[in-house]
Order: sequence, then C-alpha cells, then structure tokens
Amino acid sequence: MLITLKLFATFRNGRFKVAEQELPEGTDVRAVVLSLGLTEEEIGIVMLNGRHGELDSKLSDHDTLSLFPLVGGG
Amino acid sequence: MDKIFRVNMTDLTTKIEAVPAAWAGLGGRALTSTIVAAEVPPTCHALSAQNLLCFAPGLLTGTAAANSGRLSAGAKSPLTGGIKESNAGGTAAQMLAKLGIKALIIEGAPKSGTWYNLSVGINGVTINEEKELLGVGNFAVIDAVEKRLGKKTGVLTIGIAGELKMTAANISVKDPDSKIRSHGRGGLGAVMGSKQIKFISIDGEGAKPVTIADPEKFKTAARAFSKALLDHPVSGEGLPTYGTNVLVNILNEAGGLPTRNFTTGQFEGHDKISGETMHDTIAARGGKVKHGCHAGCIIQCSQVYNDKDGKYVTSGFEYETIWGLGADCCIDNLDDIAKADNLMDDIGIDSIETAVMFGVAMEAGILNWGDSKEMLRLLTEEIGKGTALGRILGGGAGSVGRTYGVTRVPVVKNQGIPAYDPRSVKGIGITYATSTMGADHTSGYTIATNILNVGGYVDPLKKDGQVELSRNLQIATAAVDSTGMCIFVAFPALDIPECLPALIDMINARFGIALTGDDVTNLGKHVLKLERKFNQEAGLTNVHDRLPDFFKNEPVAPHNAVWDFTDAEIDEFWNF
Ligand code: SF4
Repeated sequence: MLITLKLFATFRNGRFKVAEQELPEGTDVRAVVLSLGLTEEEIGIVMLNGRHGELDSKLSDHDTLSLFPLVGGG
Repeated sequence: MDKIFRVNMTDLTTKIEAVPAAWAGLGGRALTSTIVAAEVPPTCHALSAQNLLCFAPGLLTGTAAANSGRLSAGAKSPLTGGIKESNAGGTAAQMLAKLGIKALIIEGAPKSGTWYNLSVGINGVTINEEKELLGVGNFAVIDAVEKRLGKKTGVLTIGIAGELKMTAANISVKDPDSKIRSHGRGGLGAVMGSKQIKFISIDGEGAKPVTIADPEKFKTAARAFSKALLDHPVSGEGLPTYGTNVLVNILNEAGGLPTRNFTTGQFEGHDKISGETMHDTIAARGGKVKHGCHAGCIIQCSQVYNDKDGKYVTSGFEYETIWGLGADCCIDNLDDIAKADNLMDDIGIDSIETAVMFGVAMEAGILNWGDSKEMLRLLTEEIGKGTALGRILGGGAGSVGRTYGVTRVPVVKNQGIPAYDPRSVKGIGITYATSTMGADHTSGYTIATNILNVGGYVDPLKKDGQVELSRNLQIATAAVDSTGMCIFVAFPALDIPECLPALIDMINARFGIALTGDDVTNLGKHVLKLERKFNQEAGLTNVHDRLPDFFKNEPVAPHNAVWDFTDAEIDEFWNF
C-alpha cells in the first residue's frame, strides 16, 4: 500500500518534510516511527488523515500520516 | 509595605493608599478584576470618567521565580462591554513590584482637551502635561521617553489608535530591548486614551528586592519550578525553538486552522507561514530564534525577525497574528505579515482583533483576499492616520461586520475569535463562548488537551468532556493569571506533578502563608464568578455566551464539522 508521510518540527532535521512510502499491508504507526530512527517517547502527536491516531493504529492504502514531536504554543 | 497608587484624572490629583485587607492576598488578574468590580459601575460607558484603568503585577512578580514578570491591566472593556483583564510581559511589572506598588489605579477623566503623561516613582505619581508626543507612534514614544528620562525607564504607552479611542487599541509595554509587548485585547488602549494619558513612565530609582518570608523554602521551590519548565518538551524545547507559530502546521493538519474568514479549516499556503519556515528564515537572516519578553523568562517563546538585509522587522511574532493575517486572510507572505506586526505595535492596535478584522474586511470587499500590500496600506494610511475608514477598521471585526453588512463575523461578545476553529476543536469553542473576556483562547486553552496531547487527550471533534475541560482550564488560568506567571507554565503544570506544588510553595514562601491546591482552585473560581457577576450587571448574560450562528449552519472542511452544542449544554459551564 502507498501512504503519504509528513514530518514536522525537529523530525525534519536530516529527514524530509513529506514523502510517499510503499509499505506492506497491516503496517502500524509504530513500525513507521521506528523505521525513521525515532523512538516512541519522542512522538508527541500522531495524526492519521487529520485525526489523532495511536502508535498501534493500522495504516491503510492512501492514508496520510503526520508525526509531530511534543510541541505547543498559544 | 506595598501600597496602592491612585490617580484621579478629573481633578488631577494623586495619592498613596494602604492596601485594603481584602486585597492583601491578591495580585494580577484577581486584583485588577476585584478593583474593577468594586469601583466601576457595570453599566457605565467604558470611555467615560466612571470607568477606571488599573495595573497590577502578580503575586510572584519581582521575585526570582521563573516567568513571573507579567503585568495585568484591567478596566471595563469598550470592545466587549464587560470586564477585561489583559496581561503582558515587558519591564513594567517587575519595576512596579520592586517599588512596592501593588496596583496603580487611574480613575476619572480630564474635563478639558489637555493630554498628560504620568511619572510613577517610589514617592508617588506626578501628572504632567504632554504636548510633544501626541500623534506619535509607540516606538518613537519609547525612544523619546528614554532620551528624556533615561534608558532604564519603564514605559506604558498608547499609539494613535488609543489616542483616537478605537476599540481595538492596545497598551504597549516596553520590553528589555526597548521594543514592545502588548496588553492586547479588549481595547484597553482606548480606555487610557479616554483618560488623555499618552504614556506612563516608571522610574525604578529606590526599588528594592521584594521581601520573601521564607527565603530557603522559596529557593527550593523556585528551583523545582524552573526544572519542571525546562524538563517539559513544550516549554523546554518546542516553544524556544519554534515559538508559538509551530501551531500553523499542527492546526492545518488537524483541520482546525480557520482560513478565508472561517470558511474552511486548512490553508494551501500553510508551509510558507509555518513555524518551521519562520525558524529557518530567522536563523538564515541572523535574527534571534528565542527571546524573552521579560527578564527571568526561561521559556523564551519570543523571537526577533529580520528582513532580507538582516534589519529588525519585529519581535514577539505570535501564531495568532500569523494565522490571522496569513490563513484567515489568505496571505502567504511572511515578510509582509511581519511588517504588519510591527505597524500594529507602532499604531498600538491589537494584532489578533485586527487580523480577524481584515478577514471580515476582505469578505466585505474592502480589499481582495491575499492582498498584503493593500493590507499594509490600510494599516498605515487609514488606521494609522485615523481616517473615517481607519476608525471603522480600528473598531475591530464586529465594527467592520456591522458597517458593511457582513453576516459571517467571528466574534463573541464583540471580540474577535482567534486561530482555532471551534467547530473542529470543540473545547476551545466552549472557552470562546463562556469566557468572561469575550472570545479569548488564553482564558482556557483547551488546545493543549484537544490537539497537543498535554494534560491528557480529549477528542476535539466530539462534544464529550469539553465543558469540563474548558471549566477546569479557565479556573486554573484565572489563578495563574493572578500570580504574574506567563500562561505557558500551564504546559508543564498539566503534565509534571512537581510543577504546581512548587508554584504554590513559592507563593507560600513569599508571603509566609499556607495555601493548599484547593485554595488556589477556589481563588480561580472566585475570580471567574466575580467577573461573571460584573458582566451580568453590565448586561452580558448567558445569551451572550454563544457563538455566532454561522458556526452552527456552515460545516467546515475537512471534517465537515459544525458547532453542535445546545444552549443548555453551554450554560452547564457555570455550574461550579
Ligand atoms: S514564554 Fe513567551 S510569553 Fe511567556 S514569558 Fe517567555 S517570552 Fe513571554
């Protein structure tokens, strides 16, 4: 399956802003996180198609996955 | 002993008063709101002699506590018609606290057309006639006051917007770099203008460190508090690196970034105005990525933004301003937004109200969507010169909507709705609806829990838990706003168990008292109820605790979310 992966803030350093990724069916968010060399603890916000997701969330074809470190403002 | 400095602009007298016993335990917002509630007739015209303007440093301001240097300003708001507290950084709060001034109260209004400045010092306040600086922008006022009275002088000033009593006018506070922070919201600059005071100077001569009842206990608590601030990823790393503007991309992904005057929830040009882009631009141009609005801020969410040639353009460049002129006005040119930010500081007009206003003005056809050059011209030539059109624009989003017959006007209690769409981030909608301040994200920042996973998680698209979330945050915020703390201490306070007790320990050590967590919560509740009572007596009832109709009738993309709270569900908020 093909997903769009978007990275934000410090996650972009040495990586990318956005990329298409071809992944095996049934891949979850955690596997993507680890494949980027990130740890679970570093993940602040997971967004899957504009809604909050979990590390356990399973990805489907054409999903957009966005990963943010813990950041905030106001 | 701390004192109250009182100025009467009707008979041009000043006096120093002892602090009434009932005010002794109060500071910041708790004190300004108590003063306004006690001394202002709720139904008075906010620009009349019956209103007053007061300033109060927080309970911890002037101490070594990190991030404790915020100043509260209070009055009846000419924008909302209700009570107003607006707090800001800058150098004034710590100077006032160290001079032992618990509050500065300015009442009455001159009977003649003469304008004045006030000089505040250890021995009291003097009222001086002011001629030279009338009609002058805030940056030049600060320069001139420093030349007259010395580099270290504290300054509170109003620009042309305040002089002309525009309801979006703010009060500017000099920061440690002689630039500007603002008591932004609610038109307090117009109240200062109605008293015909162009600026207030503060002479720190004779200032002493504030007394601490138990210095050892204070030191321990202050250390634990600072550690929590630095340990939390938001206050320790996110805010200093990207500033508040990191939110552009987050809200855009979440579909909660109000765009084109709140008609959709995502902005095509988001990347160009994002915190990530801004960070790289600032770094490449030799600006400052992090910067504090007052001495003792260890979070440093502010920044210095330079132009292509490395020359200063603006500082304290916030997400809400960038969102408003950016996504909401469809402008994707960060340099032009930065220029506008600087102009708004100089003119002395609230950057949130003005940004929301421009979205409505574009809808009204006053200028085209995305036309940043015309936006800059309207700021300089119309608002900045006080033309008839400028005064309509300077009245804020509601003013433009009424004048031009626009129905999509994002305001609550006539104050512009900032930066987070209440249909797709429902908790913040409850805050906008119920806040005693009118639409104000800072009064109960549910974005923390709805979007940022701070303090747990409450699904932004569902109604469940939002009223309770907003209530708890509004109560906590009313208490924090009374300490002189920057509201960003809430991020660690929501997640790190040692943070809040350390804050309370600092208050206890400072005054030699024994407040508990419950006492602090009760203070927050008390402040909200006091403000609510003032508003009700001023004619703002639960009927005004509502969002504009279009939020119910127009679904917002990408989630097709609508505002679906019933009136009774909203009114549940006040059940405490
Ligand atoms: S974190 Fe930002 S708003 Fe808060 S005190 Fe520091 S610079 Fe000011």
